[in-house]
Amino acid sequence: MSDTRFRTVRDLPSTHVLGAGTAMCPGCGGLEVLHEVCDILGPKTIVVNAAGCMTLLAIYPFTPFYGSWLYTSMASAPAGAQGVRDALDILIGKGRISPDENLDVVVLTGDGAAYGMGLSATSSAIERGLDFIYLCYDNEGFGNTGQQYSEATPHAAMTSTSRGPLGFPGHKKDLFSIWAAHRPAYAATVIGSDPLDLARKIEKAKSLKGPRLLLALAPCPTGWGYDPADSVEIGKLAVRTGIWPLREYLDGKIVHTHIPHQRLPVESYLSRQGRFSHLFGPVRNESLIAEIQKGVDAYWEKAG
Amino acid sequence: MRRALLTGNAAAAWGVRLSDADYVPAFPITPQTEIIETLAGWIDSGEFRGCRMVTLESEHSMLTAAGGAAAAGARVFTATSSQGLLYAMEMIYTIAGWRAPFVLVNVSRGVATPITLEPDHNDILAARDSGFLQIHCATCQEVLDTILIAYRLAEDERVRLPVIVNLDGFYLSFTREPVEIPDEDRVRRFLPSCCPGSIRFLASRPLSEAAVVLGGSTYSYFRYETHLALMNALGAYDEVSEAFTREFGRTHDTVEAYRAQDADLVFFMIGSFATKAKDAVDRLREIGKPVGLVRPRMLRPFPEERIRTLLRGKKAVAVIDQNLSMGKGGVLHAELASALYGQPGMPATLASFIGGLGGRDIPPEEFYEIEAVTRRAADEGTTPPTRLLYTKDELRDIRKLQAIAQAGQIKAKEEP
Repeated sequence: MSDTRFRTVRDLPSTHVLGAGTAMCPGCGGLEVLHEVCDILGPKTIVVNAAGCMTLLAIYPFTPFYGSWLYTSMASAPAGAQGVRDALDILIGKGRISPDENLDVVVLTGDGAAYGMGLSATSSAIERGLDFIYLCYDNEGFGNTGQQYSEATPHAAMTSTSRGPLGFPGHKKDLFSIWAAHRPAYAATVIGSDPLDLARKIEKAKSLKGPRLLLALAPCPTGWGYDPADSVEIGKLAVRTGIWPLREYLDGKIVHTHIPHQRLPVESYLSRQGRFSHLFGPVRNESLIAEIQKGVDAYWEKAG
Repeated sequence: MRRALLTGNAAAAWGVRLSDADYVPAFPITPQTEIIETLAGWIDSGEFRGCRMVTLESEHSMLTAAGGAAAAGARVFTATSSQGLLYAMEMIYTIAGWRAPFVLVNVSRGVATPITLEPDHNDILAARDSGFLQIHCATCQEVLDTILIAYRLAEDERVRLPVIVNLDGFYLSFTREPVEIPDEDRVRRFLPSCCPGSIRFLASRPLSEAAVVLGGSTYSYFRYETHLALMNALGAYDEVSEAFTREFGRTHDTVEAYRAQDADLVFFMIGSFATKAKDAVDRLREIGKPVGLVRPRMLRPFPEERIRTLLRGKKAVAVIDQNLSMGKGGVLHAELASALYGQPGMPATLASFIGGLGGRDIPPEEFYEIEAVTRRAADEGTTPPTRLLYTKDELRDIRKLQAIAQAGQIKAKEEP
């Protein structure tokens, strides 16, 4: 990180290019990340969107973006990005548009598409070496339809389709590692509550060519059940408990950009959210809390 | 100009090459694959310079890439068949609303279940209401010519919509016919290289495409806009087709009429099987039956006025549908009925026949029978029920196969 222009929070952009007053919920952790992505990438972008919460950013005839926007479908945003990227390259190559008119192509997707329906199109775009940034705002469920569990939902979380006493029985899919296995140009996990780490990773992604992942854990007051004012705090706890590791894949190596040496117990993150309230009352579910703690401990033990 | 023996698929590839397409997102599927193989071969050998092909992981993605690139301003071609078209169907509907012009060739093939490779029109008719224009070809020459016409029509500012050009699997895709391949400079006069009006996504001129709408009023506005653009394509087609005739000497109207003017009974059908109907018309004429053929090339927009003009004063129409709308009958029959009903001077008898499913042949004898049944009904002033064409011999063969399979099963049980 020695070559970054983001040394302290004071270096973060002070002008904001994404308009306010969108249809996103107050305290949206995904929007927090998108703001910084737009600020650092600048307006010469086209956002290719997959169906999700953020599809509601551009409601005819208004848009918060300075750049362009193309909504595609739930499953095939990376293919839309392929078409746009290829067309821009062709048009520039044939001299039909000036190189100044070039755009960064950014796929914007939620976890519902990224971890599930859209994975095939994503894998294929990475395999082809598509030059694009893939921004996933991961709020760990189908948020736009009322927080049903998705393939990104963590173990034990209560969602509108996992209301039993043990919550969601499955385990969160490791999308970062799936990306890393494809050997992309770049992949990183990020979170809005660490804006400096986020800024450096956006900067790094922008400097590279090829498939680049920014996978953002997106604390979601509506879906997770907490006060919108606490979004930053929840995000910080996700990192400090070690539940959301901040990672980076570059040149075949995975590094942690932040190692929480004094990890807080997972309880301090879980107990703040309604979706885990069944772990703490009316009877504490010690074994389930311990199981989640064990999973996090095992991850960091392996990570060294 | 030169003449060559080309398959329908090769004729399609020539159409794309002569159109100077920039970009081909692809995915293989029988019986379409020869088109993308031919294009890939030309791109690799340098004969088709300036075109880029990308193979996607599915037809759904292929159509998304096609729409994205067309919206960004490239001249785009893509092709599919059957299950591929159905798999892409979400994007067929979606992309039509992007108002991004490009050409999709569908090589018709029956849809599962049962799975088959051979043709009928249930695949392409599933795209009927999507907002794509739809043109059906009956010969290999028509395939090449129609692709040139389709680009000019799609890019016409009154239209700005994608076009599906349909040819039948096997009967056209793999059948060689003599085809005139026009010279490139003449094609450029008819269809200049692409198309500054199409470029939308520029750093200096940002644009939001396909944004969400809230409420039925805004939604209806855009849906009506697309419908009206399709309707504009009828007039635009006539201009484009006249220009085509001026340049190349061949005429491809929205509806082909064959010996229909003095006929009192006409066959009404689309696609390559219509050439079988032409042959039947000639033979029936030889024995003094005044029959003809009316073949819509364009199915969307539906050229109602032209069809009414051609059918006014006829006694009867035999509609032969190479498709089956389960629980209703022939799609073309219903389309025609809605176009004729209540209009002055229209034939009183519209008989419906289903045939040619999954490549099943319609031999001359069946055309004679269709003519006889329809004429009898017209004379009696009745409309016969929908007929599913099938012979006793075919049913006997199926029963025989089932009996053989069953006997084999019983034998296998007895001798484990």
